[in-house]
Amino acid sequence: MDQILFNIGLLFQFPLVNLKIVIDGLMIGAIFALAAYGLALVWGVMNVKNLAQGDFVIAGGYTSWFLVRTGWLQGLGLSDNAAALIGVPVAIAVMAGIGWICYRLVITRVVERDLFTSLLATFGLAIMMAQIMNLLFGSDTQSLKLEYDTLYFADGLIDVPIAKLIGVCMAAGLAVAVILFMKNSRMGQAIRATSQDSRAARVLGIDTERVYAFTFSLNAAICGAAGAIIVMVWVIQPFYGITYSIRAFVIVTAAGLGNLPGVIAAGLGIGAAEQYGSHVFGIGYQQAIAVLLLLLVLVWKLARQRRQRRVLE
Amino acid sequence: MNVRNALLSAASAVALGSSASAMECGTITLGSAISLTGKYATNGVHAQNGYEFAVSKINESGGITVGDKCHHFEVVYYDDESKGDRGATLAERLINQDGVQYMLGPYSSGLTKAIAPVTEKYRIPMVEAEGASRSLFNKGYRYLFAVLSTSEQYLASAITLAAEKAKATGKDPSEVTIAIAVENDPFSLDIRAGVLEHAGEHGMRVVLDEKLPRDLSDLTAILTKVKLVRPDVLVISGHSKGAATAVRQIGEQRISVPMIAMTHCEAADVTGNFGEFAENILCSTQWAETLTYEDPIFGSAANYNAEFKAAYPEYAEKPVPYQAAQASAAVYVFKDAFERAGSLDREAVRDAIAETDLASFYGQIRFSEAGNNIAKPMVLRQIQNGRYNVVAPSAFASHDLIWPRP
Repeated sequence: MDQILFNIGLLFQFPLVNLKIVIDGLMIGAIFALAAYGLALVWGVMNVKNLAQGDFVIAGGYTSWFLVRTGWLQGLGLSDNAAALIGVPVAIAVMAGIGWICYRLVITRVVERDLFTSLLATFGLAIMMAQIMNLLFGSDTQSLKLEYDTLYFADGLIDVPIAKLIGVCMAAGLAVAVILFMKNSRMGQAIRATSQDSRAARVLGIDTERVYAFTFSLNAAICGAAGAIIVMVWVIQPFYGITYSIRAFVIVTAAGLGNLPGVIAAGLGIGAAEQYGSHVFGIGYQQAIAVLLLLLVLVWKLARQRRQRRVLE
Repeated sequence: MNVRNALLSAASAVALGSSASAMECGTITLGSAISLTGKYATNGVHAQNGYEFAVSKINESGGITVGDKCHHFEVVYYDDESKGDRGATLAERLINQDGVQYMLGPYSSGLTKAIAPVTEKYRIPMVEAEGASRSLFNKGYRYLFAVLSTSEQYLASAITLAAEKAKATGKDPSEVTIAIAVENDPFSLDIRAGVLEHAGEHGMRVVLDEKLPRDLSDLTAILTKVKLVRPDVLVISGHSKGAATAVRQIGEQRISVPMIAMTHCEAADVTGNFGEFAENILCSTQWAETLTYEDPIFGSAANYNAEFKAAYPEYAEKPVPYQAAQASAAVYVFKDAFERAGSLDREAVRDAIAETDLASFYGQIRFSEAGNNIAKPMVLRQIQNGRYNVVAPSAFASHDLIWPRP
């Protein structure tokens, strides 16, 4: 208790710390939002709750890490930094492929089945992926340290590594690209149509099987990008997937399906809330705070629904 | 006898491989459930390599002479997948199905804790090298022995060092402030207990005391607080992910604490991964190749280091991890105990292990009543220009401590 009061005291004693916590939170929240958006897609369109979401993220991270570590690109005269940046599109491509294979092998059999089947199947997929990565890359934590500087403000209290900044910009750019794609392209329209009513979409000549396969690979690709950004800024490990899966579920549940601005806002919000929470209560409670937030949102949603029903009566 | 064996094995190694000499000698089978997959796989493999290296080294140098008959070691391994329940099942299997009479330990305190009740039940002596938690040695186990220093000693010497430095600069040690960030697992909590104990002795104040989550990937919240409260010592322990995350973010956030001490620097390869960010950080280690220990089988610590690298080329680029060295030491303890016991009787061997007083390349090995090694100190190394230099305890220090960290 004393520790908590002391921590709260610090926030008032050094007001600038609040700014730092918010900045740190938004930067990590941007990555959460990215992974969550992929989940919202798959959940909304196919009604598949993908428990392997976080493992796709980590796999994307390893793809980029592997690319930089093998040094093929550096052999062509590129710097480590450039290789890591190229790692992002490479991770997108590789993960889109892996996502497509996963769809053909597993997911196609559970689409439109009940909740339990898809949870079980993707849970199995998650375990498989974590173990395969463990066998391929070992259980050590890995990260790429890039030769970027760190910007310092307010007497060194606030630090913004340029690598993080690049990561956030990439995440934002990617989110915008996906939104435009969903709005304007034929495939995007087909995806939205399928999510509204898959039977009607089929009647109108949309190949829903193709739409599903595409959606799932798109999701894996987005996760891959998130992973490739994470490995530049934080650390990855074969068994870290679950952390990102949990956050993605919390965000999507809180924001609701098909609500992209909501997903982004929830992602950023959870990032900031976690940082605040871990400042006040200690870093051990970071994930508990995410789950507590989910609970609060659900209670609030339920209460609001009740109120609306009463109006109808 | 020994000369003949040595000549024989040397000759057969050239001509036929080791099978010819094995026919002359009996076989002593040791068993081990070890983490070859799962989250401890990296260190599990280090330990297995350490066992294997010691086995081949001991067999090459004439094996184990029990009475007047020579024996060779052989180890049966199972993969415990880094899971406690699996480890316990496999220990049962080793004992009941494979008939193993002597066990080598698994990797990590948690797995050792899971297996120890099984070996205890069947009265199988187990010499373990990778479980350092204090809680292993207060259960009254009779058949469990550990060659390594227990975990509360890991970073306690950093506190002593800080007190020394405070005195040297005319400050009272009680003015020193400490920040602690350790993972919420038995091993790291022991480390914290050791640090708190030493801090209490000097009357130091603990200004930050946080537990890290198991899936830690971001330390910014703690490091921001460190920046605000400016402690004199920062203690971090969170296995290799904790070390990697801490070093990276300490560098990024430009944390300037006079003394930073942590565990698992080598496992996280902080010098290779983060370069100058790791400078002047203190790392605890069970063993270092620069120490002046030696024995007749493995030679000096430096010699062990060189021969191990030759046998396992994958370690050529990095320092040999202490996890491998202590695993080898555990096998050496068995050799020594068998020879002193003069029989293969389990109880006799157990008593011989309990009376071990062995000088090895890994350090002196002598067990307390509870089974932990009380003869070997923990070593602190500081990363100086990308190299790990021993700075404490002063009897073994090869370099001066750089303090305060710039």
